[in-house]
Amino acid sequence: MPINAADTAWVLISAAMVMLMTPGVAFFYGGMVRRKNFLSTLMMCFVTLGLIGLLWVIYGYSLCFGPDKWGIIGGLNFFGLNGVGQTPSADYAKSIPQLAFAAFQMMFAVITVALIVGAVVERIKFSSLLVFSALWFTLVYCPVTHWVWGAGGWLNKLGFLDFAGGTVVHITAGVSALALAIILGPRKGYREGERMDPSNIPMVLLGAGILWFGWFGFNAGSALTSGGLASSAFMTTYIAGAAGAITWMILGWSYQRPSVLGVATGAVAGLATVTPAAGYIQPIIGIPIGIAASLIGFYMMAFRAKKTRIDESLDVWAVHGMGGTFGTLAVGFFASLAVNSAGRDGLFYGRGVQVLTQLTGIVAVWAFAFAMTWGLGKLVDVIMGLRVSPTEESVGLDISQHGERAYGGWMR
Amino acid sequence: MKKIEAIIREERLEPVKNMLESLGYHGMTITEVSGRGRQKGIPLKWGSKEYRLDFLPKLKIEVVVMDEDVSPAVNAIVRGARTGEMGDGKIFIIPIEDAIRVRTGDSGTGAV
Repeated sequence: MPINAADTAWVLISAAMVMLMTPGVAFFYGGMVRRKNFLSTLMMCFVTLGLIGLLWVIYGYSLCFGPDKWGIIGGLNFFGLNGVGQTPSADYAKSIPQLAFAAFQMMFAVITVALIVGAVVERIKFSSLLVFSALWFTLVYCPVTHWVWGAGGWLNKLGFLDFAGGTVVHITAGVSALALAIILGPRKGYREGERMDPSNIPMVLLGAGILWFGWFGFNAGSALTSGGLASSAFMTTYIAGAAGAITWMILGWSYQRPSVLGVATGAVAGLATVTPAAGYIQPIIGIPIGIAASLIGFYMMAFRAKKTRIDESLDVWAVHGMGGTFGTLAVGFFASLAVNSAGRDGLFYGRGVQVLTQLTGIVAVWAFAFAMTWGLGKLVDVIMGLRVSPTEESVGLDISQHGERAYGGWMR
Repeated sequence: MKKIEAIIREERLEPVKNMLESLGYHGMTITEVSGRGRQKGIPLKWGSKEYRLDFLPKLKIEVVVMDEDVSPAVNAIVRGARTGEMGDGKIFIIPIEDAIRVRTGDSGTGAV
């Protein structure tokens, strides 16, 4: 198939938009932590653009999209982007250069690792986070991506559908966030009921705005073409974000006040939840998906905070993990071949078995991500220690890990 | 009439406030301050190098009470603020000449 200029342009633009989501998530999280950990939170997200980007071009792309090995991982044929050039791939996105596809996918890997940061803010040692991130990317993200999207991946062959990463990105990040938060333990003072109020809610809103913008690249870009499917995914994405924002606002209002933090979180919940479905469902179905996203996120967050002692600090599990899970399951009900001929029909279009396929993928990825993260987290903890010292934690990670302050210069 | 000026850890504000409130001392003024004590801040290690964090963020609580209330109020602050680690803070007690309530113009004991 010859290269299509419009498709290429759209995917490259989408890749750049998804790249911007990582700084977006940095500000989204950064505003939610205490002032003394603002920079550290920004840094932990931002650094993935460097670290994971490099790992991606060296071996990550190859592990995800290289020639299939037993359905579980890609071969190393594309090591160092060897053979990944200006012509299309034989298996993926056949109307754009393979380099465009590899760049677009790189941004997904970067932001997935950045998402996990929300679980470990204000107490993880920076050097340990880097080591954990590299291991997690290699041993969790790459295999799961191959299972779901790789030609020959076992979930892919099973007919499991994940349009833009509800499973690959949001379930893996959300479930791993939960596991890592349990291993790491709560922030000092968390269980004693110390207040840990967000230091800068305007930054949270700025981050959410950047995320919402970038999400059009994330979801509509995942069409990997620039025609009708991209347009459909674009509209579906917007609708779910809007429904999520309004639903969370109403929920918050019914208990207290319509909070700014709530509306920002609701938008992200809606967007994360619609991600696996964006290119398989009728756009208007974005409304029930977005509503459900915020209901689930809101009550899972309350459950986590009130009924458990787990300090999964910024609720990556409740919003992304549970949202991604629900969205992935919803594909089994709402998917329609009329929207995407490369997809499948779901239960409401007469093919109930798709629900079971979706469930299989969900269970497998949950179990794999949780178990692997548990193992990797323990490993890093034993070797180098995951946490900073109590003094470093009290002083804040900005100064103790980076020697800088968010407001007022650096330490000499 | 005395002013109690307490420099405490930021994260101990809630317990201190609750302690004071439970004894009926409702009025207080809070200021974000930074400072250091005898240890001259906190030594931090970055690799093999030692650095000193000169000034640490703290909160200053100011409460004005009658002479006979000084000791219960101070005890309340100490109980709320103490962790037993270095850096728990300091309390100063300062005599107050007079107090005036702006709304009514009342002065002295009734204005506190």
